[in-house]
Amino acid sequence: MTAKAISQEERFYQLIDKEEKIEPKDWMPEKYRNTMIRQISQHAHSEVVGMLPEGNWISRAPSLRRKAALLAKIQDEAGHGLYLYSAAETLGADREELIEELHIGKAKYSSIFNYPTLSWADIGAIGWLVDGAAIMNQVMLCRTSYGPYSRAMVRICKEESFHQRQGYDILLTLCNGTKEQKEMAQDALNRWWYPSLMMFGPKDDESVHSDYSIKMKIKRFSNDELRQRFVDATVPQAEYLGLKVPDKNLKFNAKTENYSFTEPDWSEFYNVIKGNGPCNKDRIKTRREAFENGKWVRDAAIAYAEKQKQNNKNGKQ
Amino acid sequence: MENSKNWPLWEIFIRSKRGLSHKHVGSLRASDAQMAIENARDVYTRRQEGISIWVIESKNITASDPGEQDSLFDPSGDKPYRHPTFYKLPDELKNI
Repeated sequence: MTAKAISQEERFYQLIDKEEKIEPKDWMPEKYRNTMIRQISQHAHSEVVGMLPEGNWISRAPSLRRKAALLAKIQDEAGHGLYLYSAAETLGADREELIEELHIGKAKYSSIFNYPTLSWADIGAIGWLVDGAAIMNQVMLCRTSYGPYSRAMVRICKEESFHQRQGYDILLTLCNGTKEQKEMAQDALNRWWYPSLMMFGPKDDESVHSDYSIKMKIKRFSNDELRQRFVDATVPQAEYLGLKVPDKNLKFNAKTENYSFTEPDWSEFYNVIKGNGPCNKDRIKTRREAFENGKWVRDAAIAYAEKQKQNNKNGKQ
Repeated sequence: MENSKNWPLWEIFIRSKRGLSHKHVGSLRASDAQMAIENARDVYTRRQEGISIWVIESKNITASDPGEQDSLFDPSGDKPYRHPTFYKLPDELKNI
């Protein structure tokens, strides 16, 4: 290693120590670069695939106001995917390759989006629980050590709090409605509770990338810490709705001010990650078809742009 | 066009209100400048964050090398006399 490379490396670790951000053109260890690309692209894929379970309900939203809000939320998710893909590109990743990895099943995305949305209450539960869990994670990531990722997270968090509130608002309305509506809300909570707890990833002692991420200040809290915070924040919200969290062992510990709770079924988690969840194949098929069916549009736009350039060169308007 | 190509990458700058300069907000892909502006409208100003957009193709930006940060910016480090606080003047002096 040359003298210059050593000083670059030292500089990198100094920046991390001093809580300064790493920026795209800075020297960085390959492991850091690859970890960032993996995490940011998985996050981008999650935003994009995350549109699908909700898209299922746009045409069936119960009112124009609900439909407009749901459309706005889904549009935000498309935007969040775009912020994140461009953040990944600052690390030298190729967007088309990242998308290809999603389409061939090589890249992961949040396992939660492999569950089906069976009723309108599921849209409420997704906003409240899934976006709530995502926010818990993303608020932490606003302070991540990689500048472009951190900036994208700040924007995303600003936009996402409306998502959680609109979800809760849907459930609040259902829970103040008829007996059937309240049962629908309870059923949604029953199905989404454990998958939401899984969103924070495996238990700390089984999490492969955690140590490095904490050391490099990519993450600030462990999976289990975030999961605990989520449970503590969410249980009182469920109580306010008059709904029951589907966990017989849920108990408030007055001394620690934490809830003790039952862990999700981790074999289910790993099974869904492996591709065997209820909707994995359908999600990827939908994404792939959208990409393939849009190819002619992308090609036509390029052809048009090239023709315009040629015309301008030739002095035509 | 056998393999479809990535659309070019554009850097997006938004003026949030009159009196402020355009500020870099991120990047996106678009086939040409006009589409870059339209996409920037949808991606970066969904909540009235801007009143004006600049787009520039990323490949046209020349950036300083972060590895040369020290040598590039060092020369201003030892010139405290460029700052008003460098000059110690008597307290009884007013309006200066």
